[in-house]
Amino acid sequence: MTDNAIISVRGLVTRFGKHTVHDGLDLDVQRGEIIGIVGGSGTGKSVLLRAVVGLLKPAEGQITVFGENVRDTSAEDYRRLRKRWGVMFQDGALFSSLSVQQNVEAPMREQLDLSDETRAALAAIKVRMVGLPENALHKMPSELSGGMRKRAGFARAIALDPEIVFLDEPTAGLDPIGAAAFDTLTAQLRSALGLTVFLVTHDLDSLHAICDRIAVLAEGRVLATGTMAQMQDVDHPWVQAYFKGPRARAALAQKEVV
Amino acid sequence: MSLTNGVFVLQGDLLIGTIDGLDLAQGQAQTIDLGGVTQLDTAGAWAVVTLERRLLAAGLSPQITGASASQTDLLAVVRANMPDATGAARARVTLADRLEQVGRGAVDVYREMLALIGFLGRVVATIFGLILHPSRIRWTAIVHHMQQTGLNAVPIVALMAFLIGVVLAFQGAAQLRQFGAEVFVVDLIAISILRELGILLTAIIVAGRSGSAFTAALGSMKMREEIDAMRTLGLDPIEVLVAPRVIALMLMLPVLGVIANFAGLFGGAIMSWIELGVSPGVFQSRLISNTDVWHLGVGLIKAPFFALIIGIVGCFEGMQVGGDAESLGRLTSTSVVLSIFLVITADAMFSIFFAIMGV
Repeated sequence: MTDNAIISVRGLVTRFGKHTVHDGLDLDVQRGEIIGIVGGSGTGKSVLLRAVVGLLKPAEGQITVFGENVRDTSAEDYRRLRKRWGVMFQDGALFSSLSVQQNVEAPMREQLDLSDETRAALAAIKVRMVGLPENALHKMPSELSGGMRKRAGFARAIALDPEIVFLDEPTAGLDPIGAAAFDTLTAQLRSALGLTVFLVTHDLDSLHAICDRIAVLAEGRVLATGTMAQMQDVDHPWVQAYFKGPRARAALAQKEVV
Repeated sequence: MSLTNGVFVLQGDLLIGTIDGLDLAQGQAQTIDLGGVTQLDTAGAWAVVTLERRLLAAGLSPQITGASASQTDLLAVVRANMPDATGAARARVTLADRLEQVGRGAVDVYREMLALIGFLGRVVATIFGLILHPSRIRWTAIVHHMQQTGLNAVPIVALMAFLIGVVLAFQGAAQLRQFGAEVFVVDLIAISILRELGILLTAIIVAGRSGSAFTAALGSMKMREEIDAMRTLGLDPIEVLVAPRVIALMLMLPVLGVIANFAGLFGGAIMSWIELGVSPGVFQSRLISNTDVWHLGVGLIKAPFFALIIGIVGCFEGMQVGGDAESLGRLTSTSVVLSIFLVITADAMFSIFFAIMGV
């Protein structure tokens, strides 16, 4: 446990009815790192993300982001806190009645008082940064492909230059080329904007390519944290199956070739 | 920021919340000094790059000094991603544009009407196909929709018709009393309710209740690709989804019409008794002796046609829903408005027809 942890979760317990998802979960995320959260289906990866950003009130435990408690914060503090992070949901979660440009401008419009030209220029930069063509600015979300929607969602998440970006399965449903491009994009933006990235993923290639550290969720807690190499030595059947399965070997082999 | 000796000196935090106060449109300089900048984000970098571009355009070759390594990286990223045109100017709307809009609107309405008639044809053909092959009729679905659109609508339809009967008796009494012709209130109520109001108002309520429900149900299925999935499984959405709804509505609307007629006459009778002293016995005998049964017939003949209009419009608009949630809402309201409009149009045409035929 270090002092400069940007996100710190202690003893988190979340329950849905009688079903306990997290049972005393501890996790620290350091400033500037890309942390990959992995785990089997139903181990509460997305639930953890929702708890950290305050969309879900946990039953017990403490979550601090930037040293402030997310759980028992006043509405005013929460609003201030919220400006410092961006969230990208699984399918982009773009507002379907707004164009891409309006979607990216939405957080600026809500949080800040900018002139129309400034806002439009900044939105155009963000949209180009995530690799969307300029003509995508005026398209509606329903006219975009799945990969483009995710990119637009990412652009909205970084609209206010947040310090932390939460990404929920950013590469799920993308083809390998699109997924690799998204990984590169995440790494690029991390170094350009100094982001901390909280990445919920199933994608072994993403884990290899961009994650500094990996946290494995199982049995309601964080089973292990460490680099990809350290994961190979964790003695737990699920971790072994996950990181030593045929797909993991393929991803590892590919990385060594590169 | 300040401009001294040909050097733009920027200081403090250049962040999204602070850049709006900067005046970047003035002054000439060869150097932009970022040495005093403590924090820089994309918006700040955008401001710096905009300034740099303006100086370049003025024929100068500005240098950026004093930036840290990460700030230089960020400036490079932003420079690479600057939008090409500086805000495409919004074109002015001319008279020709407005005319074009009207023209496009008219053509769209025409095309939609054609599509609606095409849809009607397909549904009618499917229903005849089902009559020839009764084993393919989905009875469970029909009964389910009969309950949804018919049985569950009985309370609201009966209450509405009852109140209309009350209103007619009340208003009619006030006028007829002047001529001492109170007893004609029975004819007034009977003819207007049986011939027109009972079935027309029932159809309007059903359009608002069930037509919108059809559009919303089919529209959300369309949005979640359920209808495409159905097609790939070899199921015809018209046969599975549309036909049961339309058939159920065509069976139930006449029933609802009869219920509305009874409730309307009942309300009228009660009000006549209270207001005019026309006893229920007198009301009944006058109703039977003076009102031709054809008045009831004329009303009920229209019911299946109204039902067909409501069902077809409701399902058609549902099938038009695209990928976004907004079109679902828009088409649901279109569905209600269009079906009520078409029901009233059809009613007017029936009136003319029956008048010419002398029924």
